[in-house]
Amino acid sequence: MFTAFLIKYGEIGIKGKNRYMFEDALVQQIKYALKKCEGEFSIRKTQGRIYVDAQTEFDYDETVERLTQVFGISGICPVVYVEDEGFEKLCETVVQYMKDVYGDCDKTFKVFARRARKNYPLESQEICMEMGGAILNAFPEMKVDVHNPEIKLNIEIREKIYIYSEEIPGAMGMPVGTGGKAMLLLSGGIDSPVAGYMVAKRGVKIDAVYFHAPPYTSERAKEKVVDLARIVSKYTGPIYLHVINFTDIQLYIYENCPHDELTIIMRRYMMRIAEQIAQETECLGLITGESIGQVASQTMQSLAVTNEVCELPVYRPLIAFDKEDIVTLSKKIGTYETSILPFEDCCTIFVAKHPVTKPNLGIIKKHELCLSEKIDELVQTALDTKELIIATEN
Amino acid sequence: MEVYLDNSATTACFPDVAQFMTHILCTDYGNPSSMHRKGLEAEHYLKEAKDIFARILKVNTKELFFTSGGTEADNLALIGCALANHRSGKHIITTKIEHPAVLETCGYLEKQGFEVTYLPVDEYGVIRLENLEKAMRADTILVSVMHTNNEIGSLQPIMEIGKLIKKINPKCLFHVDAVQGFGKARIYPKKMHIDLLSASSHKIHGPKGVGLLYVGDKVKIVPINYGGGQQRNLRSGTENVAGIAGMAMAAQKLYDKLDEEVIALYELKQYFVEGLSKIADTQVNGYTDGRSAPHVISFSVKGVRSEVLLHSLEDKGIYVSAGSACASNHPQTSKTLMAIGLDKSLWDSTIRFSMSVFTTKEEIDYTLNTLYDMIPMLRRYTRH
Repeated sequence: MFTAFLIKYGEIGIKGKNRYMFEDALVQQIKYALKKCEGEFSIRKTQGRIYVDAQTEFDYDETVERLTQVFGISGICPVVYVEDEGFEKLCETVVQYMKDVYGDCDKTFKVFARRARKNYPLESQEICMEMGGAILNAFPEMKVDVHNPEIKLNIEIREKIYIYSEEIPGAMGMPVGTGGKAMLLLSGGIDSPVAGYMVAKRGVKIDAVYFHAPPYTSERAKEKVVDLARIVSKYTGPIYLHVINFTDIQLYIYENCPHDELTIIMRRYMMRIAEQIAQETECLGLITGESIGQVASQTMQSLAVTNEVCELPVYRPLIAFDKEDIVTLSKKIGTYETSILPFEDCCTIFVAKHPVTKPNLGIIKKHELCLSEKIDELVQTALDTKELIIATEN
Repeated sequence: MEVYLDNSATTACFPDVAQFMTHILCTDYGNPSSMHRKGLEAEHYLKEAKDIFARILKVNTKELFFTSGGTEADNLALIGCALANHRSGKHIITTKIEHPAVLETCGYLEKQGFEVTYLPVDEYGVIRLENLEKAMRADTILVSVMHTNNEIGSLQPIMEIGKLIKKINPKCLFHVDAVQGFGKARIYPKKMHIDLLSASSHKIHGPKGVGLLYVGDKVKIVPINYGGGQQRNLRSGTENVAGIAGMAMAAQKLYDKLDEEVIALYELKQYFVEGLSKIADTQVNGYTDGRSAPHVISFSVKGVRSEVLLHSLEDKGIYVSAGSACASNHPQTSKTLMAIGLDKSLWDSTIRFSMSVFTTKEEIDYTLNTLYDMIPMLRRYTRH
């Protein structure tokens, strides 16, 4: 029965003169989200509103699901369009609409009318009253409640007449692409995809970098990361995933530095490499899934030591999250099942039994000097041989 | 150079088998149950396949049933016999080193109220007859023992087991999972007192998705799936004609030259094992001579994780499997390696080589030389 969706957007509405940029970005994101949906849609931007009109038959549930994945949307209202065939006919249609949508009809309601086409014979107030009466007649169980109605029935008189009453909550946030671009350090774990999702929700486009360590990590571990990027791309649009072969750097650190500092030094090199790719690809910051105290490399001291190598800001949206909350979010966005597949990632393969938890920057720097002979060359080779995978939904 | 040494996982299909199957799939594609000529034509392929297996196993054609693979054959044998014979007793005996197709099915039967005894094995992966004798009870309805172990290649004394079971209780059924043994050894159910025998097509250079279950004509068994009543009502579903014909052709090709191929494989295995023994701090698990399968070698490398070794070999074009598929956070240690009492430190450092009739001496040389270079290098980097 529904043939269109009214898209409500929260935060964009308060933007000033550049509001159109946000709206255009939202239209782009909606188009991308609906590309894989069954059916054809046209997207209209009129009078501070966005409408998604179905041009053909479409799958309602699938379409709604897609729309709830678009950042920047606060609510999605399924709309019925009807031709203006006189007010009496409209009342009949609305009664039928109520029956179809609410079945029993024993709820409280209020009619909101808006007369955009001023030559309509009834005024807004009259429409509300008459329509309310017609509904009360048809459904004796229903009551009007003008303060706190369960059903907010909207009747808008335009070229056609729009009827809608339901609002499905949207993903909120800002349209992707309105906030610049950042480089996500994506591992195969639970946290980093969630971190990417959260920053993308603020309108940031995401690129990603993954550190691959064959033969210590398998081809399947890489596949898993590509799969994770694909899932996140449902929300963010295509993700450019840079795959860095990290084995030689890792082995070189292993041979020349104390083992309990291996992870922290390794992470410093990961950050350095990520930053370099970020700068080449015009990213304005790095994103990690770190959370204070989760593991040895994520204590305040370790984070400070890792952070020290970067000039770009490092965004850590999960910094104060408990693991359980992160898991809940990852289940919600659909990455959890993939994240828990048991493939080893490069952070765990050589991990010491007791890695340092309170690294001292001076000592770490001193130990990094032991790498000076070959490390620049190895980093350069890793950058030169990086592989680019564009992760999009299948 | 590409060296495929994972033939216990699956094998390359013989090209002429694939060609033969294509012809059946595209030209003689009839449903064997159809009444017209196209159906009859398809039925002929089934008959021919049954004739081949009947000759190889020396059994009657009406004792042969085709399934979707080894796993389904094992499931049908165990569940079908348990359900059909539960009035005579609810006790089943198997071994600790069976394939999951048997072990997991036994676990399911335990949940259904059956009692299962899991026989231990010695360090070579072989059960002891006295343990079986002790485990046998008046209410034992089924004994299931694998012919060839898939991880270390141990062989069970099938004939002796069969004799012993029938001596104690002629009514007790004997199932043999011969997925790894079929195509590598001559197996005669009637002579060996086997009542049920499972085999799989893709382990013998046939297509995937086909298996065989021999069910002796006196065996009481009920179906585990229901439908159109094909295959004498035991296994409903339109027969996979091309797959069955392909499997039969592959089996025929192997058994035509079985003796010479097996001798060649044993020679190759001997050569391989000798080469491996030159690497310090390594060991080959189980027997390496004629008391083990001709194609499987279980190899433990102290101080090197199997997954790392596997991927390093993969990098050189050599494909093997890890004795126990395992990641640091989800240890799934192989039940077989535990059962043979392998040192705990080697559970996660064991890989399996499995050869086929296509394996050459050059490939083994290449593999050995690669290992000679690789293992010392990998040992430099270990977890602390």
